[in-house]
Amino acid sequence: MATILPLDEAVRRLVHDGDTVALEGFTHLIPMAAGHELIRQRLRGLTLVRMTPDLVYDQMIGAGLADRLVFSWGGNPGVGSLHRFRDAVQNGWPGPLAIEEHSHAGMANRYVAGASGVPFAVLRGYRGTDLVGQTATIKPITCPFTGEELTAVPALNPDVAIVHAQRADRAGNVQLWGILGVQKEAVLAARRSLATVEEIVDELAPVPGAVLLPARVVTAVAEVPGGASPSYAQGYYDRDNDAYQAWDAIGRDRAAFTDWLRREVHGRAGVSGGAA
Amino acid sequence: MNAPAGADWTADEMMTVAAARALRPGAACFVGIGLPSTAANLARRTHAPDLWLIYESGALGAKPDRLPLSIGDGILADTADTVVSVPEIFNYWLQPGRIDVGFLGAAQIDRYANINTTVIGPYGEPEVRLPGAGGAPEIAASCREVIVIVRQNRRTFTESVDFVTSVGFGRGPGDRERLGLRGGGPVRVITDLGVLEPDPDTRELTLTSVHPGVDPEQARERTGWELKLAPDLARTQAPTPAELAALRALLQTQR
Repeated sequence: MATILPLDEAVRRLVHDGDTVALEGFTHLIPMAAGHELIRQRLRGLTLVRMTPDLVYDQMIGAGLADRLVFSWGGNPGVGSLHRFRDAVQNGWPGPLAIEEHSHAGMANRYVAGASGVPFAVLRGYRGTDLVGQTATIKPITCPFTGEELTAVPALNPDVAIVHAQRADRAGNVQLWGILGVQKEAVLAARRSLATVEEIVDELAPVPGAVLLPARVVTAVAEVPGGASPSYAQGYYDRDNDAYQAWDAIGRDRAAFTDWLRREVHGRAGVSGGAA
Repeated sequence: MNAPAGADWTADEMMTVAAARALRPGAACFVGIGLPSTAANLARRTHAPDLWLIYESGALGAKPDRLPLSIGDGILADTADTVVSVPEIFNYWLQPGRIDVGFLGAAQIDRYANINTTVIGPYGEPEVRLPGAGGAPEIAASCREVIVIVRQNRRTFTESVDFVTSVGFGRGPGDRERLGLRGGGPVRVITDLGVLEPDPDTRELTLTSVHPGVDPEQARERTGWELKLAPDLARTQAPTPAELAALRALLQTQR
């Protein structure tokens, strides 16, 4: 059953050096504040898993938390590149970053396999692309029924999944709606999970199209209002597109980034809510 | 700028209008952010109000009244017929061939319309690390047809791509079938200079239309392979006042 904890305590209990950690949220509900807490706790040697690294992984990679990145699209949506990610891959700054690169369809299916308790997933994908030759976790497979050649990708079962949601009740049931991404699959695939939420309420009123993560599959819940900013939480606040555009200049420059990190992350210990 | 002297539109506007025109009313269209999203929303505001826009964030039938910056902006979920999860959009909608048109951009594209959005230079020692695949490989594989929108220059239109992120026609006729790719592949590459289409026999991208004010030689100069011209090379119709007004009004909504 989920335990309700302050964010820093939840991260201390759930995330350890060397873990494989997935922060999910597809443009919407990105757990930015939790990412910043991982940076403040100076975790090291992580394998970071995420379909769209976005600003949160750009920041975590730049802060030196990751040895390895498993991903499918590493850009700043609608703006351009992620320069900390690029600097790590091209120049090994602040340290070397190994990458394991997939397509969205492949990553989504890897989470589905992980959530489903099977070792791999099958899809029509990757055939003819150079990803096949670069990524060891993409293999051809023959359908035992039709003989057709398809593609297999292994299950993803992170040590920890971290998601952000609109709200939870006091028992730790978590409710999220709007663009759903792959959060349900990530939580069900992971060994431990943390949900940060905009608010904890007495009762979860039904919302059309919402996903409920039952408390029994959530390890910890932390109330972090604004915890997805500058991404957004449908029904609470909008995406801060200006912040995404402003990130380009910060992320491009090591000194500007280091200064940002000191000011907006390390300088905000104990401040809940999204920095940046 | 390649617009003819005295034109009241730019080459980028021509490109976006040409891309919007390529979308048939009622088509299910898988939209990426940037030029594809602008073109698709322009089509919805002009000749194809019933275009069914699908964003990879899971918004099916999105009807945004302003241009989103990202594929997951709240306006898309708010206006969608329904919102589905990411596994569902790829497995239930894209993979089985339910999408008519996929729109892609490119950092590099070769004569067989193979696309690179992964890396410039060697994969292990990149000169420029690009964002990567995202939804593109499976869009390229599974949509009934693919339209590419990209500005034309020698850096982008290369003899060979440094990395095949998304397959066009592979190395020529028969490759898509051999690979088991069930969608039809690229039907049109729309640039700021004109329109390229695969030759029906060789599958090689051939210039089939030039925009007003563009000399076909310009297109050849800005292509890294020996670009062939279609025998019946057409001249793209200039943007109409109505198209331009709709496009400019749409772009005004972005801020």
